Amino acid sequence: MDFSLTTEQREIRELANKFAKNEMIPYAQEYDERGTFPIDQFKKAWELGFINTCIPSEFGGSGFSSVDSVVISEALAYGCMGMNTAFMANDLALLPIVIGGTTEQKKKYLTPFTQEFKIASFCLTEPGNGSDAGGIKTIIKDGGDHWIINGSKMWITNAGYADLFVVYGTIDPALKHKGISALIVEAKSEGIELGKKEDKMGHRSSDTRGVRFNNVKVPKENMIGKPGDGWGIAMSTLDHSRPLVASSALGGAQRALDLSIQYSKERNQFGVPIAKHQAIQFMIAEMGMKVEAARLLTYKAAWLCDQGIRNTEVASYAKAFASDSCMQITTDAVQIYGGYGYSKEYPVEKLMRDAKLIQIYEGTSQIQRLVMARELIK
Amino acid sequence: MNIFVCVKQVPDTETKITPTGDGSFIETASIKWIMNPYDEFAVEQALLIKQSNPAANVTVVRVGPTKDTEALRTAMAMGADDAILVETNENLDSYSIAKALKGAIAKSGKTADIILTGKQAIDDDALQVPQVLAEMLNLPSVSVIVGFEVSGNAIKVKREIEGGALEVYELGTPCVIACNKGLNTPRYASLPGIMKAKKKPMTQLSLTDVGVSDSDRRVKYSQFRLPPEKPPGKKFEATDPAKQNDVVSQVVGLLRTEAKVI
Repeated sequence: MDFSLTTEQREIRELANKFAKNEMIPYAQEYDERGTFPIDQFKKAWELGFINTCIPSEFGGSGFSSVDSVVISEALAYGCMGMNTAFMANDLALLPIVIGGTTEQKKKYLTPFTQEFKIASFCLTEPGNGSDAGGIKTIIKDGGDHWIINGSKMWITNAGYADLFVVYGTIDPALKHKGISALIVEAKSEGIELGKKEDKMGHRSSDTRGVRFNNVKVPKENMIGKPGDGWGIAMSTLDHSRPLVASSALGGAQRALDLSIQYSKERNQFGVPIAKHQAIQFMIAEMGMKVEAARLLTYKAAWLCDQGIRNTEVASYAKAFASDSCMQITTDAVQIYGGYGYSKEYPVEKLMRDAKLIQIYEGTSQIQRLVMARELIK
Repeated sequence: MNIFVCVKQVPDTETKITPTGDGSFIETASIKWIMNPYDEFAVEQALLIKQSNPAANVTVVRVGPTKDTEALRTAMAMGADDAILVETNENLDSYSIAKALKGAIAKSGKTADIILTGKQAIDDDALQVPQVLAEMLNLPSVSVIVGFEVSGNAIKVKREIEGGALEVYELGTPCVIACNKGLNTPRYASLPGIMKAKKKPMTQLSLTDVGVSDSDRRVKYSQFRLPPEKPPGKKFEATDPAKQNDVVSQVVGLLRTEAKVI
């Protein structure tokens, strides 16, 4: 057993830390306040190779392992969870193609993402279907030599900037899971209508919108797998992406911990730094314990993925534990900062708002527990 | 064209420094090492020269322990072609380091056209190695440069002097140039760069290989100590307008006599 990162992974982490420190942290507060999309950071991160980590080397990607991508995402989320959501969304959208796409689809749709800066969006959730992803209402109709999509998607990350959508729909709602199918849809296709940017509590720099598909024609060869393969591809995508989402929570939690330690040494009450008070020490100890446990779960979930071992159970542990811990840790960070913590002048209230979303997206903490129980009580 | 860049690994600026028990150096076990920031300007300048002269070869050279090769690997990930490491765990003085660098460059088998360094290392702030190295090699050198351009066979550099004025120098090659902040903006090492760096050659040499022995030591370090803690600042109460004149002259007086800043 070996818990250490490779030399290369340590260098990748160093670089990502440096990027987070110089390019993300100085802008995070302002972008959050104004809801600015981090296009410059996104491009720079792409130039350095932080984006689209899931693309295999034979299609022009860097050939990163799941552990590598978790290392990167943790470091970038430390800089800003909101910006990292925008960055990560590309991987989430491209993963279905990596997992279920044909060689032609991969060449046509993955390789361009390695050659120029492009943005992709994953479209699964609908206004009426979140956790119940099997109940998708977006209809994919066979139009002879093409597919026709009709329906609405909701909470679509990066939608306003996307060059490519990966859209889930059903060929027949009565078939439930068995009818779900995935299509690669170019954003320039006719009939795609974007909603307004959502005014969110956190992750305010990431662009989230509704997307309507009105009789959108898609070439036949753009279906990932066969009609009805969509559910399996979506579930497999989530097995890959949950460690990534967990690592985002982990990065945010680590930041809250570091800030809490720093502040508790600077802030004096009753004549001593508050770090000398046991009440504060216990909170910080609890934070450290949870960060470390979340890291072990997250890295293990990614490692299992790299070994080709089914990681559904552990990925759900990682996602739920890391995001729930992040919520607790960022809330405690605000508590340690006291009145200052509640002010936007200080960085911790943003962390608390950002943490909340990670408990919700990519399968809520409650859905993760359903997955765990299903895996445990088989 | 062969460009050599001499780099040093220094403790991260956020590191908590602890002197060793015998005072000969600092505790190095838990230090996070980074490339000396001034050396990053030197690496970047070498890569900029290489960009306009693709035949140029950039070699990074470092003298220090092998345990952590961060600085050399970073330089190669940024785009340097190869690296030479002269291994030693000793805290060498500037003279020995310069001699080791000279020996390493000679051992490389390549004729140096330009040798770039940072103007100083941010740990010991000795500001000596580039000049000593140039002297040993009998080469012209300019330090604290903030501008660099190649014009024909000559190199034109700008150097900052007192009062913000610039001196302009023109030198032939080979030469030694020590870089200052403001010269350029060092690039990040990209992830593909990190992957490529793994395959780039790193030559390891010993002090003996480069002709450095104990007799080269000119400085012996014996008393590394933390600076004394700063005394707390003085507070002056001046909320009462009637007393403000007195307080101001008191502060001015102290700034003259005690702080000696005005």
